[in-house]
Amino acid sequence: MNLEGLLAQLLAMAVALAGGPLLAGWVNQCRAWLQGRRAPPLLMPFRMLHKLFWKESVVAHDASPIFRITPYIVFGCMLLASLIIPTLSTDLPMAPAADAIALVGLFGIARLFISLAAMDIGTAFGTMGARREMLVGFLAEPAFLMVLFTASLISSSTSLATTVSTLAHREFAILPSLAFAGIAFTMVSLAENARVPVDNPATHLELTMIHEALVLEYSGRHLALIEWAATLKLFAYSCAGLAIFFPWGIAEARDHAALLWALPVLAVKLAIGGFTLALIETILAKMRIFRVPEFLATAFLLGVLALLVHLLLGA
Amino acid sequence: MDPLPELLAIDGVMLVVVAWFAVGLAGIAALHNFRLVGRVLFPLSAALSIALAGFALLALPGAPQSTVLAIGLPNLPFHLRLDALSAFFLAILGLASAGISVFAGGYFRQGEGTPPGLLCLHYHLFLASMAMVLLADDAYAFMVTWEVMALSSYFLVTTNHRIAEIRRAGFLYLLVAHVGAIAILLCFGVLQANTGDYTFANMRAQELSPFWASCAFLLALFGFGAKAGILPLHVWLPEAHPAAPSPVSALMSGVMLKTAIYGMLRVNFDLLGSPLWWWGVVALALGLATALFGVVFAAAQVDMKRLLAYSSIENIGLIVVGLGLAMIFAAYRMQSLAALALVASLYHCLNHAIFKSLLFLGTGSVLHATKERSLGKLGGLMRFMPWVAWTTLAGVIASAGLPPSNGFVSEWLLLQGFLFTGELPNPYLRMLVPVFAAGVVLVAALAGYVMVKFFGVIFLGRPREEKLAQAHDAGGLERLGLLWLTAGCVLLGLFPVAVLETIDPITVALVGRGLAASGSAGDWLLLAPVSAERASYSPILFLLVTAAVVVLAFVLVRRFYHGRVRRAAPWDCGFPLQTARMQDTAEGFGQPIRQIFEPFYRMHRELPTPFDEAPRYKVTVEDPLWAWVYLRIAAATEAASRWVGMLQRGRISIYLLYSFLTLVALLFLTQA
Repeated sequence: MNLEGLLAQLLAMAVALAGGPLLAGWVNQCRAWLQGRRAPPLLMPFRMLHKLFWKESVVAHDASPIFRITPYIVFGCMLLASLIIPTLSTDLPMAPAADAIALVGLFGIARLFISLAAMDIGTAFGTMGARREMLVGFLAEPAFLMVLFTASLISSSTSLATTVSTLAHREFAILPSLAFAGIAFTMVSLAENARVPVDNPATHLELTMIHEALVLEYSGRHLALIEWAATLKLFAYSCAGLAIFFPWGIAEARDHAALLWALPVLAVKLAIGGFTLALIETILAKMRIFRVPEFLATAFLLGVLALLVHLLLGA
Repeated sequence: MDPLPELLAIDGVMLVVVAWFAVGLAGIAALHNFRLVGRVLFPLSAALSIALAGFALLALPGAPQSTVLAIGLPNLPFHLRLDALSAFFLAILGLASAGISVFAGGYFRQGEGTPPGLLCLHYHLFLASMAMVLLADDAYAFMVTWEVMALSSYFLVTTNHRIAEIRRAGFLYLLVAHVGAIAILLCFGVLQANTGDYTFANMRAQELSPFWASCAFLLALFGFGAKAGILPLHVWLPEAHPAAPSPVSALMSGVMLKTAIYGMLRVNFDLLGSPLWWWGVVALALGLATALFGVVFAAAQVDMKRLLAYSSIENIGLIVVGLGLAMIFAAYRMQSLAALALVASLYHCLNHAIFKSLLFLGTGSVLHATKERSLGKLGGLMRFMPWVAWTTLAGVIASAGLPPSNGFVSEWLLLQGFLFTGELPNPYLRMLVPVFAAGVVLVAALAGYVMVKFFGVIFLGRPREEKLAQAHDAGGLERLGLLWLTAGCVLLGLFPVAVLETIDPITVALVGRGLAASGSAGDWLLLAPVSAERASYSPILFLLVTAAVVVLAFVLVRRFYHGRVRRAAPWDCGFPLQTARMQDTAEGFGQPIRQIFEPFYRMHRELPTPFDEAPRYKVTVEDPLWAWVYLRIAAATEAASRWVGMLQRGRISIYLLYSFLTLVALLFLTQA
């Protein structure tokens, strides 16, 4: 492991830790503008986190250790996820540790723990949240993997760094397989990040919640870590999408000038992506929970179709 | 070279088998002495298991060793052979049974049907026969030991023989086992190609025509599939596994199902030589159907051991998918890819043996502590049984196929095998195979759902019954067994490269190429079966970074903020009247799956009307194949026997007429 790679890795980590809440703040701002409301400040998520970290954690009498370690595990998983996705540079020392399949496994283990923690207290809403989270997960996970497989087949590698650099080096053309995969990916990331047609991040109406029901019992620093992890997940998903579908501007190994450029390019791409997300959330309505499997099954089939199109057309 | 070390391993294995037999007989001597059987004999047998695993691992990289035992019928001695494949499965047997036997020492108690000494005999006969099945080198020895295995496990399943349901489950098991055994016998009949020599060496030497080879393949698939629980021969599995005592369920699910996989590998890759491509497609399709079926039904179960039994069906399905993929690649002489798929399959055999044994043992402890198998009456056991809960959690993560556990490694390898199918010469296959990959991914994701349900409903939340507060944790020997298997889950997950290097001689022997030749060798930290550019995974780095982040977050939050915690009643949106009954039951948690996969199930719902005095809601989920296939076969058999019954007239003159007609017919035939 060279020093340069280590620095790039640390930079990526810092960018993820700061970028996650910023992206969430930006999406909230855009949404407020689109809905004709006054927007909260961009740094609002940081203030929220700061406030929550100062508050004391209230833990139910019956809570087991799983409840208390879960926020840390989820946070760790999401941070690792944003470390292995090439956000700024494809030269990441951590990249060989986990490939696309391991990335999905990483999200899976975070999902397992947060669902178990929600069931731990034994409240009706907690178990409901866990059930719904697993319902979303078991369809979203394969759909996401199909998207990643399409990219992997194009670059004949499941390593994310290799995939991204291969995709960045091809000439500009809209591959039909990637178009299908792109639609599937958008649908999956809406579902996985608890966004509007599937879940509503702003809701506190008990019967419609998924993510909020899961974390209902958390407070103080535990809630802060989970919320931070959620923004990291949004950041990781956005970066994964940008890296696969718009890989231009990500630095290669030992290219310092490009690394300098990569940060503003990423910021611009994320700003556009965040605005699109807010737009989708504004124009769509939340659907009934039992429409969600249909929505995600469509995403899964689109992902499979993307694979097939690649194999049929070789593109 | 000195002949002594050459013969050491197989003799050692034989010694363990004999010692197991002796331990079983000692059990007979102490028929009702729990203390002796539990505290001495079972731990002794666990030590023998470890010795067996040691001998097997010693023999794995070496040349095949064989010997002839002069037992059995005159002129039909037992031929035994210990090659890499047998050694690997013997190692699985040893490693899994070591934990199970220690656990069993603490588990079997008074008042559970069969007296402990007899149980000890059955148990050790079962172990010894499994070892002999793996060693057998001729069809005769194989069938004899295979039958001993089936019978001894039948007696173990029916330990609580006073319960009619358990006797019924045992009968079903025995029936399917024998239907399967007939197919295996026929398969060996085809393989020896009219030479009359039933040694495996002779079968290996025969060149069968594609037709007869396909017959042998299909017979083996049917016969071993009946033992492994492949669709539609899986029906005995969800009946027999829950009926058996938990250590026996663990042994059956963890190890015995693998002997069937061993049989498939032995016939398809070793005895038959090179497979045809469509065999692989058949195995792939059947395996995927089995896996999907298993996991979808596991999600709907309300009995914890039935849930695990269906999960075993799912895992066997995944293993067969790997075998099918390996056969396809082997048929097209793509040896390194065949090796990759085969390694994934073998690795999953090992993993499943460890984590499913662990889970079954965990349910055994829960069963003893609570006397409850129904998920709807459990809950909140993590507080009362922390040892069992934490070890089971390791098994749950492995079974859900999540990193950094061992279950993830084999799924990862399997998916790698699927992704590099671009070089297949057959264009239809090239397109079909990634679609199968989508199915495998779906199965893996659903397994996560099942496992969250399993663990969450049993161990988390609040106790659904008051008596659960008296649940006690597992005893010393039980903990030892659980810890052994947990360590297996963790180590097999963290050091995949070491396992791969151990498996390598098998793939070299079966498909002519190992993975070590194609790039991953040398770097113990990084698992990269094809090449580092294509795919790599490093569980240790993975775990270390996550652990470092967890610890850093923990420390930093306390450093910059505070670590105060206040205990309070649950918030639950301020809802005041919460009872443990308001948590999801197992039915409730599985409800989305039941709704999505409704066409798969045969469901009966009993809904209350608004005017019921005591409203009851009941839903039962049944296996549709039971009604579609088995009940029809039963009806057809009954109809046929009614027809045959019409021959029986009860009058001697009519029977004499039958004899006369038969004679005339035979005379006519011999004339012509």
